[in-house]
Amino acid sequence: MSDTLSLQAQPRVEAVRAPSRRRRLSEGARSERRLGWALCSPAAVIMLAVTAYPLAYAVYLSLERYDLRFPRQSHFVGYANYQAVLTSGFWWHDFLVTVVITAASVSIEFILGMVFALMMHRTIVGRNALRTAILIPYGIVTVVAAFSWQYAWTPATGYLAGLLPSSAAPLTNTWQAVGIIILAEVWKTTPFMALLLLAGLALVPNDLLNAAKMDGASAWQRFVRITLPLMKPAILVAVLFRTLDAFRIFDNIYILTQGAHGTGSVSILGYDNLFEALNLGIGSAISVLIFIAVGIIAFVMIRGFGTAVPGSENL
Amino acid sequence: MSTITLDHVTKRFPDGAVAVNDLSLDIGDSEFCILVGPSGCGKSTTLNMIAGLEDISDGELRIDGQVVNDKAPKDRDIAMVFQTYALYPHMTVRENMAFALKLAKVPREVINQKVEEAARILDLVPHLDRKPANLSGGQRQRVAMGRAIVRNPKAFLMDEPLSNLDAKLRVQMRTEVSRLQRRLGTTTVYVTHDQTEAMTLGDRVAVLRGGFLQQFGTPKELYENPANLFVAGFIGSPAMNFMAASLEDNHLRSPLGEVPLSDRLRRALEAANVERQVIMGIRPEHFEDAALVASQPERAGVFFSATIDVVESMGSDVYVYFSLEGARANAAELEELARESGSAELSSAAETVVARLDAATAVREGEQARLWFDPAKVQVFDPRSGRNLCLAV
Amino acid sequence: MRRRKLAWGGADLVVLAWVAFPVWWIVALSFKDPSTITDGSFWPTKWTLQNYEGIFKTSQFLLALRNSIGIAVISTVVAVVFASLAAYAIARLRFPGKKVLIGVSLLIAMFPQISLVTPLFNIERVIGLFNTWGGLIIPYIAFGLPFAIYTLAAFFREIPWELEKAAKVDGATPMQAFVRVVAPLAAPGVATSAILVFVVTWNEFLLAISLTSTTASRTVPAALAFFTGASQFQNPIGSIAAAAVIITIPIVFFVLFFQRRIIAGLTSGAVKG
Repeated sequence: MSDTLSLQAQPRVEAVRAPSRRRRLSEGARSERRLGWALCSPAAVIMLAVTAYPLAYAVYLSLERYDLRFPRQSHFVGYANYQAVLTSGFWWHDFLVTVVITAASVSIEFILGMVFALMMHRTIVGRNALRTAILIPYGIVTVVAAFSWQYAWTPATGYLAGLLPSSAAPLTNTWQAVGIIILAEVWKTTPFMALLLLAGLALVPNDLLNAAKMDGASAWQRFVRITLPLMKPAILVAVLFRTLDAFRIFDNIYILTQGAHGTGSVSILGYDNLFEALNLGIGSAISVLIFIAVGIIAFVMIRGFGTAVPGSENL
Repeated sequence: MSTITLDHVTKRFPDGAVAVNDLSLDIGDSEFCILVGPSGCGKSTTLNMIAGLEDISDGELRIDGQVVNDKAPKDRDIAMVFQTYALYPHMTVRENMAFALKLAKVPREVINQKVEEAARILDLVPHLDRKPANLSGGQRQRVAMGRAIVRNPKAFLMDEPLSNLDAKLRVQMRTEVSRLQRRLGTTTVYVTHDQTEAMTLGDRVAVLRGGFLQQFGTPKELYENPANLFVAGFIGSPAMNFMAASLEDNHLRSPLGEVPLSDRLRRALEAANVERQVIMGIRPEHFEDAALVASQPERAGVFFSATIDVVESMGSDVYVYFSLEGARANAAELEELARESGSAELSSAAETVVARLDAATAVREGEQARLWFDPAKVQVFDPRSGRNLCLAV
Repeated sequence: MRRRKLAWGGADLVVLAWVAFPVWWIVALSFKDPSTITDGSFWPTKWTLQNYEGIFKTSQFLLALRNSIGIAVISTVVAVVFASLAAYAIARLRFPGKKVLIGVSLLIAMFPQISLVTPLFNIERVIGLFNTWGGLIIPYIAFGLPFAIYTLAAFFREIPWELEKAAKVDGATPMQAFVRVVAPLAAPGVATSAILVFVVTWNEFLLAISLTSTTASRTVPAALAFFTGASQFQNPIGSIAAAAVIITIPIVFFVLFFQRRIIAGLTSGAVKG
């Protein structure tokens, strides 16, 4: 649906210009090209300077033994850092925690986000108020929300903890704490999912739903057979974005548990190796591994589910 | 095969706007009924109420004598063809047509057989496994029809189904729709804003304006005996000419000269007991070049002269335009018609008259011409109510 | 009709409660008297402004607030200016490399920031950007750009550019055409992307704690994590809650007044893409 909507105008221009491009660029086309590059260069330069170069540097650092306390003794050690990380129980435990948090929060968010999106799309009462309310968690500083959850679940201080049996301290139990982390993550990012899904809902023409109604489809059948299939591109984009985002979870865990009691994510592990253990080599190896993991997730989702890379087809 | 009855149906929107006001229609079994009118007249709302897509505020809707006001669309056994066709883009043509049957849990063989049959009727067999995006406009339109046909419903509802086609295809599909409806004999309610479609397709036509029914009758009735100024101006192309006129003893004093009143007309006008100022209407096709009429002395009528502003030759006919000073007819309904055709801003004291003449005419632009018309075809309207005074008996 | 309205109203209230709970909780904490802050009650039993007075008396919070505002505003302005240029080129011009730029932006939008923390930390220490405003502003611009480019390109594509031609035909110079026709049409899009970038920057935490070490450049989210019951804070909970409420105010303001814009901005990129 989105391709057909966005494929206007541009292709026609292409068809007209293609032949001339093959031979020799006209003066106009050449100056257009120069202007395009000039306008894009500030953005391109700064994005590459902050990502591409440091990433290359991270790969280099990950092959070194580099302890911040003894910078002069750093030297090349090959794959030793990777070996150390990949044979460590910490890495695999934190990796598991990250995967659990990602899978759980994205699935819950998808269902909840769909409910929110349908409500924003269809409600007949307080539509604007509802939209505003749903935006609040999106805007709020993650750290602020995380503190709120932390205090709410801390025994004695907390309202929610007060509702539990008096001995319970959920933030000190690995999987209970992970549950709270998921709750905090879901609260904070469901609005983003809901808005992307809302955009998808808006692409389903009302006539189609009416036609299905005439064809005898119940509300649920209309949703499953018409709305969902037509929203597929929007759903895949939303799930892809949120999966990659959830995989790098850091803020919520840092505030809620600081990664204690086995609740650390891979991002927390990387941070700790740098700032607690002051080990640049190991920290960099973890950084590179996370990058590779994210790359694999993105690749699998884009290939496996046929997610169109946003923006790739319409520009 | 069934009847549809609207009994004093009213649609009021939550904001208080009344889209359809006290509408009563009796649509017979196998009848092809057209709802026509300018945009905002309530025709689509009426159709949606019949479909069950909109609630009915007041009145009763009966299908086959059974009240269906509170029935969901799926329980009314009605198929609808949408203006945008509303084809499911993620399903093939076959799946689109089979969708309703599948939901109704019809056995697969029956579905296949019905879809194949509909596809054969509509010439869609080679396209059954294609997606709507790969079809031409006419093919999509036929798939939309096919989706309605396979269900063998009590009635077809069609919401401007041809308006997204180009002019040539529209005429072609019009014939096809008509032939299909005759062949299947399914009661059909068809919404359009195009009076040509209304006249050519409908067994009976309901003309709506501002939520009120203006007239419900056969195309011939609407054309020959329009109930009021609005229907007279809306039906027919080019539209009927209107001009101010006054009633004298036994004739009508008009900018085209004195028009003798037939007995029938005189009796009708006496019965109506109207004032002197009236609006006279005459259709373009009831004029003729005087030179061509002279050879047929049996055709009595009114002769007059006018300076021709524009001549448009259609090949088969010739349209001539001339203006009549001080003949402007004023009435609310005429203003609405003018707005609809986009000519409201052209208002002046002079009234432009269109006449359709035989192709053999020698009339030329800028020259004085002698024209003829048949006074028996003249219609007379009350300028205040818009009522056709000729129908008063 | 009334029953349906009641059902929708009820559903709305459930969502509202879900959204409001953590927000209200932190607000409630910020108004609790130190003696009652650990009473766990949902509603403050003893209201006080003491927590707010406390944080405004210490330089720790004020400096962090100054850093947050300065860094977020500068990053937003620069990112939106650069993004506008790039988005204009993407929406209006044909040049090779366009798809590469879009691909790179997309990669960066999904980039795990932790992967950059280690190298950026080391690079910034070497070139002296560590613990400075610039040390945060530069990465913030880079991470704000992809989103800004997306939303702006989507907005710019919607602008009826024939109007620019029409203005020129009507006798406007290119500059006049830009100032009088294009800029007013583009302004809503630019404002929207500015809000979005500001929110992202204002929120950022990981780089803020990794690339700063003192109050010279630490932003409020980072400072909150380091409020540790130092001498002036007997119990940091009240202070943290008060500071948290303060930095939530601009967000609530944006959401309340620009709800439509924000939703349009967030969804335009998604649908187009």
